[in-house]
Amino acid sequence: MKTVILINGLVIISLIISFSKDKMKTKKSIMIALKTLGKIAPSILSVIMLIGIMYGLFADKIALFFGQENGVIGFVSIALFGSVLHIPALLAFPLAGSFLQEGASISSVTAFITTLTMIGIVTLPLEIKTMGKKFAIYRNLISFAIALIIAALMGVIL
Amino acid sequence: MKDQMMKKNKKSSKKGFLFLGLVIVGFALITILVPEKSPLILQTSFDYFKQMAMVFPAVLILMGLFTVWVSKEFVMTHLGESSGIKGIAVAFFLGAIPTGPIFIAFPMAQALHKKGASYTNIVIFLSAWACIKIPQELMELQFMGAKFMLARLGMTTVFITLMGIIINKLMNTEKEIEVKI
Repeated sequence: MKTVILINGLVIISLIISFSKDKMKTKKSIMIALKTLGKIAPSILSVIMLIGIMYGLFADKIALFFGQENGVIGFVSIALFGSVLHIPALLAFPLAGSFLQEGASISSVTAFITTLTMIGIVTLPLEIKTMGKKFAIYRNLISFAIALIIAALMGVIL
Repeated sequence: MKDQMMKKNKKSSKKGFLFLGLVIVGFALITILVPEKSPLILQTSFDYFKQMAMVFPAVLILMGLFTVWVSKEFVMTHLGESSGIKGIAVAFFLGAIPTGPIFIAFPMAQALHKKGASYTNIVIFLSAWACIKIPQELMELQFMGAKFMLARLGMTTVFITLMGIIINKLMNTEKEIEVKI
């Protein structure tokens, strides 16, 4: 909530300063904001809807994945699951903490958290729309590789 | 030229609506097949929508102001190809300050890109936004312990930077090839 007030306050102050300095430029920036909104609104609405669907269908199945944790295949499937799933990171940590207490390995929990936050299959359409197909594919693929490396290293260190 | 661009824009927004339509059809199917899941889906989507609606208009206006007021030269010196370690630090900072869900970051990344920020710094900005946000790290500290949090944070920082450099190379070599052709 504090963040919301902070951001909106900041923007209102910026708008006032901008308006007092140059009315035309301020008008133009609002036009840019509206245009961008029009362009990405359908993508954003689909992403929000998809997140709801993912969460509704799979949230109670996460524990199942960690229960069957075995070897490389289990490890990679947890990472894949984290990539497809999209739940707020703030909710993910209590969840991940409970898996750790129930005996899940550090590597698999790390793989889950890292892919969950860094990779967004759900947000991919939006990423492609704003940054281009090549960029989005590179970023998500390399992020996946990195998540596996970080997870493996965490298992060795801790 | 302009006509062509307009056509392209229209086409891509049609794609957006098509995708939205598909998602809605998917949701309708789920509601028919597993009706007990439907309330949780709607609740989660609605929560997300609320969370986004509270900050998104502000972020868009900020982006508009940024586009109009901040010069290309300014972004290029602070986040461009030759910004070096300072640019990386700025990108990490911009990503890690608490601001909101990741889908807000994409239009911001686009604005930065248009103003001449390097791919390295855009990747760092997006990745920092996704996985080293300050409130998120506090949750990690609380639920996973200090050792886990610090080890993961350290490694993530190193690997994100490496990934930024790699993607920058990949994107730029392709640009060169395109120019040659």
